[in-house]
Amino acid sequence: MMLAQVIPSPSIDIEVLLPMLFMGVGGLLILTMTSVKKDLPGWFVTSWSVAACAGAIISAIVLWNQFGDDGPSSTIAGAVGFDGFSIFLTVVIASAVAMASLLAHPYLEREELEGVELHVLLLLAGTGGLIMAFGNDLIVFFLGLETLSMAVYILSAMHRRRIQSQEAGMKYFVLGAFSSTFLLYGIALIYGATGTTNMIGIRAVLDNQVIVEDGLLLGGIALLIVGLTFKVGAVPFHSWTPDVYEGAPTPVVAFMASGVKAAGFAALLRILSTTFQPIVDDWVPAIEVIAALTLLIGALSAIVQTNVKRMLAYSSISHAGFILLGVLAASERGTAAALFYLFTYAFLVSGTMATLTVVAGQGDSDFSFESIQGLGRRKPILGFAMMIFLFAQAGIPFTSGFVAKFGVIAAAVDSQNYWVAGVAMISAVIGAFLYLRILVSMFLQDPVEDAPALVIPRTIGTVLVSAVVVTILFGIFPGLLDGFAQDALVALTAGTP
Amino acid sequence: MLTPTYYLVLSALVFSIGAFGVLVRRNPLIMFMCVELMLNAVNLTFIGLAWGLNDIGGQVSVFFVMVVAAAEVVVGLAIVVAIMRRRDGATADDLSVLRG
Repeated sequence: MMLAQVIPSPSIDIEVLLPMLFMGVGGLLILTMTSVKKDLPGWFVTSWSVAACAGAIISAIVLWNQFGDDGPSSTIAGAVGFDGFSIFLTVVIASAVAMASLLAHPYLEREELEGVELHVLLLLAGTGGLIMAFGNDLIVFFLGLETLSMAVYILSAMHRRRIQSQEAGMKYFVLGAFSSTFLLYGIALIYGATGTTNMIGIRAVLDNQVIVEDGLLLGGIALLIVGLTFKVGAVPFHSWTPDVYEGAPTPVVAFMASGVKAAGFAALLRILSTTFQPIVDDWVPAIEVIAALTLLIGALSAIVQTNVKRMLAYSSISHAGFILLGVLAASERGTAAALFYLFTYAFLVSGTMATLTVVAGQGDSDFSFESIQGLGRRKPILGFAMMIFLFAQAGIPFTSGFVAKFGVIAAAVDSQNYWVAGVAMISAVIGAFLYLRILVSMFLQDPVEDAPALVIPRTIGTVLVSAVVVTILFGIFPGLLDGFAQDALVALTAGTP
Repeated sequence: MLTPTYYLVLSALVFSIGAFGVLVRRNPLIMFMCVELMLNAVNLTFIGLAWGLNDIGGQVSVFFVMVVAAAEVVVGLAIVVAIMRRRDGATADDLSVLRG
């Protein structure tokens, strides 16, 4: 009789989980296939993982239409949020994984590192990123973050014959695990203060009652900020970024700067800007200081670098500062601007890293300024593409970078964060100088003697073309993307579809 | 007469000891152990708070944290082994090719 009782279980809307299933199951399937058939050709593995990402993107488009009809909802007892925000980020993260896979294909052949692992780990990291974007519960979000991080730790140590790569993996791992514990401690304290780890529940508690003894809550938010700003590489928790970017394989760096950053900001936007929106006065000052430091130190340190990849690592730190402006606006406008920035930056940075993958040559170690000298003459097409990416990163009008920077600064001004917006403009000027320095080296200096001939493999060419198209298209017609970003807001709704 | 507060204070202490260990020790294995210490301090916090709130959610979270901690050790040791194969010492000070 006891056995006949129904065990209550939450309803699961499998459609919402489709993007995660495509990437996660896709990765595991290909891993299983290699254990059955040892010598899967590289092109098959690459096409498989690009197809898995395409599946995630197509299901996101289907979900977007469904979202347009039914509005936001959440599933699995409110643990997974289905809103425009998570669907939009699905497209960003899946594109980042696909581009990194395409870059990795010729890279693995050149470095003689054939194997399925890099593609599998990229897919699994992407799955973790998607869970972070969808997670409506702090514990679910934490599991997504760990899935993402652990895959990326291994990815950075992936190049077996480069000691720099393993050193990068080790440094990233120790610091990453260290920062994750802070994040988790923050989650525990927030749980103690509000009695739940569910963001819908936390928001309801904050909306309905004033927490008198808010020491636990504020301590929890502070620790959460430490953990999250580490993941996105914001000052003062940025020191790992240049080392890891320099040491890790270049296609992996492309994913770290695009996908991992997008997932980290997804969490910041969902947790800070939305869940803790009612107590915005408590956490915005901290993010203001972090954003200002990130903007200035990122741009200033980039100038003095002699290694192009390190320089771009510092530039990605200063870009994180810009996106933080969207976070601290804590408004719908700020979220939309940050999403626009994340989308365009994902393509920008993948294109930049694609160029570096070609230029670095065998060994993946030469990132000195000599390696890019006279690139405009050695390979005009590549030089032209790189020029577009650098213009966009500097924020020159008619590129997506300009619209993105303008959007976040306008959002910060809109919510009265004037001084940080001023710092951002100064940082943009300093940044322009550093991109100009790379451009001068590329177009005004002669190539070094016996510079090897550059060949652009077809898959890298695909990434370059799509990055250039996205950068120019959304630079001239930002409305095409901005319309989606405006609708892609975080909705903490408890209702099931 | 143990209230959850005692456990919160204890876990804060254990967490600080772990954090201090990660910062001052140079042997990666000891650093991993310190990270584990920090994770377990968080577990203690979760249990203390769950008891205080009379809520099962915090206790369930502990299981997830344990899984994460185990997976983290596997990844960390794999990276150490990969480095050890190439060179004899693997203290944090040996890893200094990347700087600037």
